[in-house]
Amino acid sequence: MQRVSEKVIARARELMREGTVNKVAGWKAGEFFYDCAPYVFESEEALKDLVYDRFCAANLSKYMIKNSVAAGAEGGKVLVLLKPCDTYSFNQLLTEHRIARENVYVLGVGCEGMCDIDRIREKGFKGITGVDENADGKTLTVHTLYGDGEVAIDDVLVNKCEFCKGKAHMIFDELISDNEDEGPRGDRFAGVRELEAMSPADRFAFWQSELSKCIRCNACRNACPACSCRKCVFDNDASGIASKANTDSFEEKMFHIIRAFHVAGRCTDCGECTRVCPQGIPLHLFNRKYIKDINEFYGEYAAGAEAGQRGPLINYTLEDIDPAAVSDKGGN
Amino acid sequence: MSVNGNLTAAPAANAPAAEWKPRIVAFCCNWCSYAGADLAGSSRLAYPADVKIIRVPCSCRVNPMFILKAFERGADGVILCGCHPGDCHYSTGNYYTRRRMALLFSMLDYIGVERGRTRVEWVSAAEGARFSKVMNDFVAKIRELGENVKVGDLRCKE
Repeated sequence: MQRVSEKVIARARELMREGTVNKVAGWKAGEFFYDCAPYVFESEEALKDLVYDRFCAANLSKYMIKNSVAAGAEGGKVLVLLKPCDTYSFNQLLTEHRIARENVYVLGVGCEGMCDIDRIREKGFKGITGVDENADGKTLTVHTLYGDGEVAIDDVLVNKCEFCKGKAHMIFDELISDNEDEGPRGDRFAGVRELEAMSPADRFAFWQSELSKCIRCNACRNACPACSCRKCVFDNDASGIASKANTDSFEEKMFHIIRAFHVAGRCTDCGECTRVCPQGIPLHLFNRKYIKDINEFYGEYAAGAEAGQRGPLINYTLEDIDPAAVSDKGGN
Repeated sequence: MSVNGNLTAAPAANAPAAEWKPRIVAFCCNWCSYAGADLAGSSRLAYPADVKIIRVPCSCRVNPMFILKAFERGADGVILCGCHPGDCHYSTGNYYTRRRMALLFSMLDYIGVERGRTRVEWVSAAEGARFSKVMNDFVAKIRELGENVKVGDLRCKE
């Protein structure tokens, strides 16, 4: 990761210096070293703050909607750093004509999996002051106020990297990566199958306990590269339930079902929703359920695998299954 | 329980509490199922008064949100009726409905809502008898399942 990181930063500077691009969308460390947030750098000097490390999980594709248009208006180009999984989202946005492709320079960056600070803390580390990657590429040295410790990277990956889709970039203008594509990691539908195997009452109890944590901060919607409507249906004050705290159990289910439904067939399973949820709700289980159903009902489909694909919900065949297959039906 | 029970004749000591009546929303396509309902009426075929029909221009006009909203506001069951696949007035609308509803209902099942509360039926304008049968059947199913407590939203209840 270290090597790729140095190359990426050097190349971003070079592209800025030679004038190929006039902006760089990357990550900048915040107050803490693990707070790597998306940032658009506008000068070569500002680029000294560009970071690319194990905490740069944020997907930058969505930022290209505004920035690609703005760059065009200024007569420039914007450089975006995209990890393999982010390129699916970028392609999906291209399919939906949301990005002015000609104004974007895509620098594909190699990725070996991003780490979750909360999972490192769960391993018992307190007062973490820094994290260094060891030369073996498989472990991290965690520096704390109370001394150093070691943790296996595989044990502290963010959820989306635990089920990595693969190391291949779907779109790029230039690539800096020394990863071999090993294909998908783990079975991403295992969690969905586990739930499907439960009784309806248990499933209901599971979702009730998870969704009752929801505070409707809308972080999942805001981070989602597929949720890019100019005006969101949930910003409707007249709905009667906008910005009212939930008084019990299960009142946010509509929001979550609809949020996932609106991206069904367009969701690239980039995992941003789950990653940004401050309450730790496993939102990917909704998206993956739709993906799994789509794959089973209408054939394998990977949103964003290439630009210009026709999504399953804006398509049909005469032989599609009847909804009766998933709900009861009588009366014939 | 009658609110003004003590204003009218005193009820018998063992009078049963007012019977629960299911609230059922039926989205009916203007070109087929709504006309089917009309035929059922003019043919004097009965179907329960618990069914409230909402006419839509095509079954594919039904946004998944409509269905969840109906549940939130206290519906006990929602049924969507459209033209038979292949017979859509707009050629292809119900093919899209078919995909959407398959995914939505699968999701409702996934979060643990009773499967029987949602249904898609294809009813043509000539099928008055079928319309009546479908509705009777669906209402019977909802009566069996009882009041909807899983999908309602307290904030919407009045």
